[in-house]
Amino acid sequence: MSRVIYKEGREPHPREHRVVFKNVDREGWDPSMDMYLSEGGYDQLKKALTLKPGEVTDEVKKAGLRGRGGAGFPAGVKWGFIPPTNEKPVYLICNADESEPGTFKDRYIIHQDPHQLIEGMAISCFAVGAHLAYIYIREEFPEGAQILEKAIEEAHKKGFLGKDIQGSGFDLEIYVHRGAGAYICGEETGLIESLEGKRPYPRIKPPYFPAAMGLYLCPTIVNNVETLCHVKHIMEIGSEKWSQTGKPNNTGTRILCVSGDVKKPGYYEVQVGHVTMGELINDICGGLKDGRELKAVIPGGSSAKVLRADEKFTIGRGDDAKEISIWDIPMDFDSLAACGSMAGSGGVIVIDDSRSISWVLNNINNFYAHESCGQCTPCREGSLWMKKITDRVVAGKASPADIDTLDSVARNIDGRTICAFGEASSWPTESFVEKFRDELVADTNPELEGVVVNAETFTAAANL
Amino acid sequence: MSEEKTDLLDVQIDGVWHKFPKGTRMIEACKQAGVEVPHYCYHPKLTSPGNCRMCLVEMGMPPRPAPGAEPAEPDEDGHLPISWMPRPVIACANTIGPNMGIKTTGPLTEGCREGVMELLLANHPLDCPICDQAGECSLQEFSVEHGKGESRFREQKVKKPKNVEVGPRIRLDDERCIMCSRCVRFTDEIADDPVLGFTDRGSHTVLTVYPGRELANNYSMNTVDICPVGALTSNDFRFQMRVWFMKETNTIDVNCATGANTTVFTRQGKIYRITPRQNNDVNSDWMPDSHRLNFHWIESEARLTEPLVLDGDHHRPATWSEALTKSADKLSALKGSEIAVIASARMTNEELLITNRLVKHLDAGHVDTVPRIEENDGYLIAADRNPNTNGVKLILGLDDPGSQLDAIREGIEQGRIKGLIVLQENLVGDAGFSGELLGKLDFLLTTYPLANPTADLADVVLPGACWAEKSGTMINVTGRLQRLNKVVDGPGATLEPWEIVRDLIQATGGGNGIYAATDLFKQLAEQVSEFSGISWEQIGDLGLPLIETGETIPLIEREKERIASGLVVG
Amino acid sequence: MTDKKPKNSASSHASFLLTTFYSKKMSFEVPSDLEKEIDERITHYPVSKRSAVLPVLHALQHHFGFLSEDAVEWTAAKLELEPIKVLEVVTFYPGFRQEAPGKYHIRVCRTLSCAMAGSYELMESICEKTGIDRSGVTHHNPIAVSPDGKFSIEFAECLASCGSGPVCLVEDDFHEAVSDVDSLLSQYP
Repeated sequence: MSRVIYKEGREPHPREHRVVFKNVDREGWDPSMDMYLSEGGYDQLKKALTLKPGEVTDEVKKAGLRGRGGAGFPAGVKWGFIPPTNEKPVYLICNADESEPGTFKDRYIIHQDPHQLIEGMAISCFAVGAHLAYIYIREEFPEGAQILEKAIEEAHKKGFLGKDIQGSGFDLEIYVHRGAGAYICGEETGLIESLEGKRPYPRIKPPYFPAAMGLYLCPTIVNNVETLCHVKHIMEIGSEKWSQTGKPNNTGTRILCVSGDVKKPGYYEVQVGHVTMGELINDICGGLKDGRELKAVIPGGSSAKVLRADEKFTIGRGDDAKEISIWDIPMDFDSLAACGSMAGSGGVIVIDDSRSISWVLNNINNFYAHESCGQCTPCREGSLWMKKITDRVVAGKASPADIDTLDSVARNIDGRTICAFGEASSWPTESFVEKFRDELVADTNPELEGVVVNAETFTAAANL
Repeated sequence: MSEEKTDLLDVQIDGVWHKFPKGTRMIEACKQAGVEVPHYCYHPKLTSPGNCRMCLVEMGMPPRPAPGAEPAEPDEDGHLPISWMPRPVIACANTIGPNMGIKTTGPLTEGCREGVMELLLANHPLDCPICDQAGECSLQEFSVEHGKGESRFREQKVKKPKNVEVGPRIRLDDERCIMCSRCVRFTDEIADDPVLGFTDRGSHTVLTVYPGRELANNYSMNTVDICPVGALTSNDFRFQMRVWFMKETNTIDVNCATGANTTVFTRQGKIYRITPRQNNDVNSDWMPDSHRLNFHWIESEARLTEPLVLDGDHHRPATWSEALTKSADKLSALKGSEIAVIASARMTNEELLITNRLVKHLDAGHVDTVPRIEENDGYLIAADRNPNTNGVKLILGLDDPGSQLDAIREGIEQGRIKGLIVLQENLVGDAGFSGELLGKLDFLLTTYPLANPTADLADVVLPGACWAEKSGTMINVTGRLQRLNKVVDGPGATLEPWEIVRDLIQATGGGNGIYAATDLFKQLAEQVSEFSGISWEQIGDLGLPLIETGETIPLIEREKERIASGLVVG
Repeated sequence: MTDKKPKNSASSHASFLLTTFYSKKMSFEVPSDLEKEIDERITHYPVSKRSAVLPVLHALQHHFGFLSEDAVEWTAAKLELEPIKVLEVVTFYPGFRQEAPGKYHIRVCRTLSCAMAGSYELMESICEKTGIDRSGVTHHNPIAVSPDGKFSIEFAECLASCGSGPVCLVEDDFHEAVSDVDSLLSQYP
């Protein structure tokens, strides 16, 4: 294999460990089939087709691959939820509805290395017995959709898709399905409803667990783009070697997307847990902007609970427990969970001391109010209410008691909705109020206590 | 017995253990245990989207032993300890599990209810004083029981369309809508007329009828019944009467042989509305609009309110005794073979029984009823638009009701039939009798609630009470015996048809000892074998199967399939 | 949903409106090559035609610029659905428009990372240079059009390029780290 050279100014940081992003920003690389084949493309599919489907699933299970979409659920375990007695068709859907604010990794895989995804999907379809698969791509990636359709066409021509793939007897069709601009379609049952041509109202679980009753009420596996790409690499290097990257229970590499107040925002593929927040911000991202200090970090997409710069966290259990600062948090699933937040989709938003916390929270609340599907009461009514309160905080038209109301509205959503959007929309408010109450209250006016707000609307951050 | 046992699961509800069949929804288990779980979107006849979140309860299951640990020991009653989950679950769509615990009280459940109530009210208008739903609004009711009692919402409420004409009989106030989707599910799943839907999203979601379309199907008003708030209201009932002033009477619909179970709402002798009453063997929870609205004529100007006798070329009011005496005189002058009786399949079994006695007493040569066979609508409306054809068959002994009408016409034409007694029918309007033909009779007596062309020609016109003004029983299309209950008093000197027939028998020299419809029912039980052993009380509000007819009600059959597939509770 | 056109309404204006409706209806014609493309897309959903709602709507919007009531009804007829089921979908997604946009439609990312990188300033600047007035923008009508009809603009939620904000989409073209609005707009004659 030729040495990989990257475009000037786009070279990976030395702390990176590029697997899925190996070909992103690579000099001379293009998304064509020929290019992909020149480096052993589709060899892993050919290899998988010589195995039994269960053996492929076992590899993925042994690798300990955790979903890269947000929940971090082990992919192989998810596949195993297809009822063993199932006689219905099985479907696989690639969730390319990348919509979690702060996350921007799938875009690059799709644009620059689409065959990696298609090969990963084909292997995964073989493992779960799916003969029809869809890539649900967000509408705002029009070019990505075209690139994927072209790649699928190429794969068809080469016999990697279609009937009797590579003489194995395995049939598979993959189609690209474009969304139309709704965050809720990232939720797997909302996505399924959308793909069925309905309003993407998430389904109640039970009974509608996708692995048993998904698309057209048949077993359906929904996996994130990055997750499906990893399946190809697990086949390539073997589950054992693959799982030696990262940390136990947090195996492999993952792409961290850093945005906000750092000198070099961008995407960085690192071994899970091998870099700390401090190393990510200061070494990889070139540190904070000159003269600025860290105020907060949202570590896993905008729905992850915010971490305050001067907080102390306890990670590890029992004798291993230790108190650490934000800078020392290892960037892995379990550590971020132990710090009261989550690794989520890998989107790290860095906030420095030039930012108003009220403004940041209001921006986030605007997002969730706009994206709430409106199916169930708490999220439908609560997300807009929270936005309206923070609109007033930013506009200086709120009283300190409004902050208490804000917090209690969030808690009336959290854990009480049909889907995880309830948590996604309430955790920012809960955590911002918990950690930055003083700053929020400082933006309020005690004289407005008990005053009925007049009917004028405050569009502090944006018109919805 | 042992088989039965394995299908029963132990469930603890608010600290008390119960047994329920496997597959029971948590909300239904609670209901059976006498614990009401508040809810908006859940309706047992519709699929459960779980969207309102009002039925969130605290739930627990036996703890899963940690790896290597011993499983928990059951207590002396065989129940395992319950490990309560930190998150609430909806009681509507979830089924019970073995050894499950449900708490409908306590901080978690109560906090959820208070929170959901506050959020439902956040954008809900405060127009209860002018809202038709007031008094029967779930939002009001649960707000009192589970709400905060104060409003913290200081923002501008979301503006939505108000007073939208969604169909000829229904109006929509979108600001009151809580997006429970019951109406959408009803039109999709039951009425097969999916014209309703939600547009836009989030808090701006709007219940909409497709532009240019109408919610106009004959079952549309059921959406008003199931709307838990004042979003969908009935044009017919709108602003007519506050619900708390009205008296409710359970009875049945008489517009077809289905006999949908109904509740009639009245105040001071006036009917304001009719709603379907649940009977899973007859009409489920629904009824056709055409039937529920067919009551305004009861207050019509054309109501007959006193007996009339023909005096020369016009009718004049008479007392009951004058009218009956005149009738008896005329009838006594005729031989039995010269008399025909046309009764009605809209009459109750009791009325038919006493009519049968009249026929025998007069030795009338002919007896029949007027058939009304149209198309079955595929839902609840039976092809037979008479409510009691089965009663006619059983009690008057007519195998093929209507088959004698030609013979009666011929008899009148040929002068063999000289006297005709028409009970609760309008022969000219509904049975194809011409005025010319009826003019050949020596004597024509009719009873009917309204003035009509047949009455115009009659020698004696008697005001017979309509369905709402009398009691009795009827047998529906499937053979179910059901009770018709008196809702209001008939106007003026109106009498119930059985009373009129009784008085006719007495006037023509027959005896009687009947003072109430229930007495007649006792005689039915003695005289008609199918009724033997059945008491009036036994029939109850839901009726009971009396005979096998082999007929089914299409909507009910479909509902059974939906229940069997687990889609709905039923 | 302005410009409602009653079809079986008993409105006294019915005859007048019906005339305009039918004349408009006549003008709604799906070119045969577009219909062919749509028919091919529908084959991607062998289990349920209804699944093709989004692709059909995308194809129609791409061609007509927005989704008229006629487009909704055409889609419903094509997929054998009740029109309300299509309207429910059209109105749910911000990606579908029910009003004609400008010749070039711009979507500026509004969400946190882009906002931190200056997307509000970018919005302001584009509006200033194109003469777009956003003061009338509401939840129901988020798009504002320039007086000459050349550009229209709206805020979009996270366009998933948070590391290179502020970003925007002009039609299907993606632009990142936009700082020079003049040169951005000059690409669209």
